[in-house]
Amino acid sequence: MSLTLLNVVLAVFIAICFVGANAAYLVWCERKGAGFYQRRPGPMENGWWGLLQPPIDGVKLMTKQLLIPGGVDKAIFMVAPVLAMFPALISFVTIPFSDNIVAHPIDVGVLVIFAFAALGGMSLLVAGWGSRNKYSMISSVRAVSQTVAYEIPLLITTITIVMISGSLNLGDIVQQQLDGFLSWNVWPLHKEVGFNLLMPVSFLILFVCSVAETNRAPFDLGEAESELVAGFHTEYSSMGFGLFFMGEYANIVIGSCLITILFLGGWSCPFGDLGIFPFTHNVGWFLLKIYLIIFVFIWIRWTFPRTTIYGLLNLSWKYLIPISLFNLLLTAGLLKVF
Amino acid sequence: MSAELVLSGAIFIGLAIIIPIVMIMTVMLGPRSDSAAKNDPYESGIKHVVGHADQKFSVKFYLLAILFLIFDIEAVFMYPWAVSLRELGVFGLIEMTVFILLLLTGLIYILKKGVLNWR
Repeated sequence: MSLTLLNVVLAVFIAICFVGANAAYLVWCERKGAGFYQRRPGPMENGWWGLLQPPIDGVKLMTKQLLIPGGVDKAIFMVAPVLAMFPALISFVTIPFSDNIVAHPIDVGVLVIFAFAALGGMSLLVAGWGSRNKYSMISSVRAVSQTVAYEIPLLITTITIVMISGSLNLGDIVQQQLDGFLSWNVWPLHKEVGFNLLMPVSFLILFVCSVAETNRAPFDLGEAESELVAGFHTEYSSMGFGLFFMGEYANIVIGSCLITILFLGGWSCPFGDLGIFPFTHNVGWFLLKIYLIIFVFIWIRWTFPRTTIYGLLNLSWKYLIPISLFNLLLTAGLLKVF
Repeated sequence: MSAELVLSGAIFIGLAIIIPIVMIMTVMLGPRSDSAAKNDPYESGIKHVVGHADQKFSVKFYLLAILFLIFDIEAVFMYPWAVSLRELGVFGLIEMTVFILLLLTGLIYILKKGVLNWR
């Protein structure tokens, strides 16, 4: 019992360190990426290539005043940033980084992650409602309708993977993709289902949905700077804002972990297990894959212009949901036909 | 089972203590100053605030929220089916096909009613 409790404390500690480091340095990567795509150097002043920028920003955020404007609902206002960070951290507990690096393998890991992702949507609602600011209000209405709309195709598309692997356990889903990169779920060649042309479609839907779920450009209607100042975190200063920011990046990491585990073989080596160190199934491959996906997220953000809220909701309700439902039925049919 | 519950509970409590500490620390570390202008809702530096937080927004957002409830419950209902599809066989597949087609009919009806016509 004491050993398992120690494991839990360790898991919480490592999860917080991992999320904190990632959130801090992904901001740096984002700014460097923005600089790269806009032909400017990005942060350069603090440390070599601006590498000291994130800790300095962190100290600055901690020591600024957390301004609570007059009209706000104080309790709700203070709870919202915590709610933004909390579910993202909890989700890390179930994510397997390798076959033995997982804090707490849960049999319904997929559902746990989706449940807490939905809780993250609530922080947007609570933040916008508690701020008593018209921009925050409009933003929270938008952001909630967006997360809600994209959660459905996300859930339904994940069902196709669950159906093929017959398990809700993230570790088991990866275990079935360990024979080199052709056994990954993203390819239309599945060892059991046979030739299944629908898998890339599922992958694409899942990718679009996870970009939209994390409120990233081109779907960042919740914090459209040109219309809504800063959206739901307009009224937040200091670490209140910092927690929202960290929550956003933690959600990006969760999203890319999920994409990697469901479609890109998790911690598996793309060449199969060759038995020599870098070419065995290990955590390095997992990290490589998630950072590649995060790079694509950043690339998309600085390449595409923002959509409109109507276009965004129409894309989900009129296209992605019917397509994902048909995709599910056809995949189930293929599974049966075989 | 009870060990699992204790573990999950410990994870929750651990995180529930650690994250609020960050908020409390920033309140303690940060300066405290107050003024009338600082306490106003943010309005890009304009002194007389136009509009307020209680303004109306489109009723269609409520309709979408209700729609979401239906589809979300349906998706959660499909998870156990997906896990045990191999045991259920063709029977399970046909049942779910009928269910999904009914849902799609509902979605098409709603779209024809013009819930997503934003004008």
